[in-house]
Amino acid sequence: MSVSELFSITIMQGFNGLSTFCVLLLMALGLAIIFGQMGVINMAHGEFLTVGAYTTYLLSEFSHRFAPWLIGSYFLVSLLFSFVIAAAFGLFVEHFMIRHLYRRPLDSLLATWGLSLVMQQAFRSSFGAREVSATLPDWLMGSLEPTPTIDIPINGLVMMGLTVALTSGVFIALFKTRWGIRVRATTQNRAMSGATGINTRRVDRLTFGLGCGLAGVAGAAFTTIGSTGPTSGSLYIVDTFLVVVFGGAQSLVGTIASAFSIAQAQATTEFFMTGSMAKVLTLMAVILILMARPEGLFTLKVRR
Amino acid sequence: MVTPMVSTNTPARRMSRLLNVREWPHDRVTFALTALLLLVGFPLTLSGFRLGMIGKYLTYAFPAMALVVCWGKGGILSLGQGVFFGLGGYCMAMFLKLEASDPQSTSIQSTPGIPDFMDWNQLTALPLFWRPFGSLTFTLLAVFVVPGLLALGIGLAMFKRRVGGVYFAIITQAIASVLTILIIGQQGYTGGVNGITDLKTLKGWDIRTDSAKLILYYVTAGLLLGTALLSSWLMNSRLGRILSAMREKEERVRFTGYDVASLKVFVFVFAAVVSGVGGALFTLLVGFMSPSFVGIVPSIEMVIAAAVGGRHSLLGAIYGSLLVNYGKTFFSESLPELWLFLLGGLFILVVMAFPNGLAGLDVRRWLEGDGYKQLRSRFKARALRPMPLATLRDVARLEPSPAAPSRPHGEVPR
Repeated sequence: MSVSELFSITIMQGFNGLSTFCVLLLMALGLAIIFGQMGVINMAHGEFLTVGAYTTYLLSEFSHRFAPWLIGSYFLVSLLFSFVIAAAFGLFVEHFMIRHLYRRPLDSLLATWGLSLVMQQAFRSSFGAREVSATLPDWLMGSLEPTPTIDIPINGLVMMGLTVALTSGVFIALFKTRWGIRVRATTQNRAMSGATGINTRRVDRLTFGLGCGLAGVAGAAFTTIGSTGPTSGSLYIVDTFLVVVFGGAQSLVGTIASAFSIAQAQATTEFFMTGSMAKVLTLMAVILILMARPEGLFTLKVRR
Repeated sequence: MVTPMVSTNTPARRMSRLLNVREWPHDRVTFALTALLLLVGFPLTLSGFRLGMIGKYLTYAFPAMALVVCWGKGGILSLGQGVFFGLGGYCMAMFLKLEASDPQSTSIQSTPGIPDFMDWNQLTALPLFWRPFGSLTFTLLAVFVVPGLLALGIGLAMFKRRVGGVYFAIITQAIASVLTILIIGQQGYTGGVNGITDLKTLKGWDIRTDSAKLILYYVTAGLLLGTALLSSWLMNSRLGRILSAMREKEERVRFTGYDVASLKVFVFVFAAVVSGVGGALFTLLVGFMSPSFVGIVPSIEMVIAAAVGGRHSLLGAIYGSLLVNYGKTFFSESLPELWLFLLGGLFILVVMAFPNGLAGLDVRRWLEGDGYKQLRSRFKARALRPMPLATLRDVARLEPSPAAPSRPHGEVPR
């Protein structure tokens, strides 16, 4: 094996790791702000992602059948649609379910698990158990080949771009807007923020809606790299929770760092052993580190 | 209601008390009724096949009961109870499998005398960790010790570092996921997705016959009732009261000087051992063990069984398991589409409207036509209610007021 081949393998393997990183981070973003701010575990988060993915699929079908002029750009429209639909559904769920369970985090976990079962079956009943995939526009197909041995798919690059854009969007929203100030205040000290006149209930509602909307966009992004089935969202949910917990529940930087380290660890170990053993090893490592450092990688210094 | 001391001893009064169902000790009566149902009712009325199914459901009641102690009493939600159920079951299955694969009956294999799935996976010798499972004594011990030791390890690592609540739930769920992937991945050692199948005899006793199934059913029911008694004793002991206190205000219990972490570890290990016993009985009754009873989904179904029965009620766990698993069998046979809707709906309904499950239903009020009102009030947000004024006044009052004793019986002060 020559040096250049080794270099190519490293690049490709690194790229695989980056794709996994994007998947994990996109899912974890919404979850992290919901869990970090409200302490609510949303077990149905994966299903909100599936909502976004099916929205994209429907829009792709629609544009192919009725609106050919939309074929080239439907994906951009669907990003917006996925956000709006998932966020609206999130607000609905918050109003009828989550709101009543803020004081009982373990119960909210069970109730949202029930919700995820219902949603999965609803997807299965309306779209069928088979996986569907959106037809990708031409500009998403193909791959870049900087050297003959390196092959980087364009949809993977687009996905990365989206991840960067969404993450920066969340950062700006959290650190540069009035809403962000309210959210951070509520996270740090709920009673005190209430006393200063922040409507913490409203902040909660908006945060939950935004988190679900982010999941929807993530789902739209997923359609570029894989097909969508009723249970595709729930496949990653355990990994995603580990990402959020591992990163430190209230730190966005921590979430990014932990998604990156988990994804790269998995991609690297996958090169040396079977996929399932790689996953076992990665998850075990995460669990062991969490046992040694239960508060996660990055912690927010908050006086309790 | 306080009965005056003088009248309790007259024979007439004693007789009327005996006949007055409302004054019976509720927990003992329900226990006796449950025992009657399990030991006499089901065996007399059900066919062998149906009784076998009930027996299977009863083995699920073990982890559900474990969750009542651990989650209902101690506030520790484990989403990985299937791990312990599975470990107990796998220990038993390994013993039975070794007995089923003696050299004569496996003579067509390229290596006779090892389990068939090992032969299919090109193993030529029995792996080291399988060897001790040739002994029944070791296996029976392992059914208790293996789940207990794992729980001890997890518990010590987590609770000593004060990891609790949702973090603990997530991590136990991750452990369930890891163990499932591991079992499926290591096909040669564990039987993979199919699990360990074709189990035939226990020390020469054929466990597949109807009479064996009946005996195993009685063993299961008896052990389950025994576990209920043991857990009930545990929950009503001093330890149980500290557990309740811990669930409500952990910090205060810690400041009072109790070693909260060790208490939690103890309860978690107890729950794991109980679940393991259930798993071993499951293997005996059903005749196989597979990873589909280990992972995330079965674990959470055990939680829903406990929640439906009532998370504070040990006997509720039995009825919850029977109901949920019967529902699962019934609907997945006739209306598979509907089952997930129902199960999911059940989760939401129980958590939001009936946190105390079946055991919390106040049947008398429902019969009096108050059901709808009760249901509606349950759905309303349960925020902390301000302390009622009357109570505050009662607290502030130093001497008993002249009005208080004249309050008619049965009227609760508002």
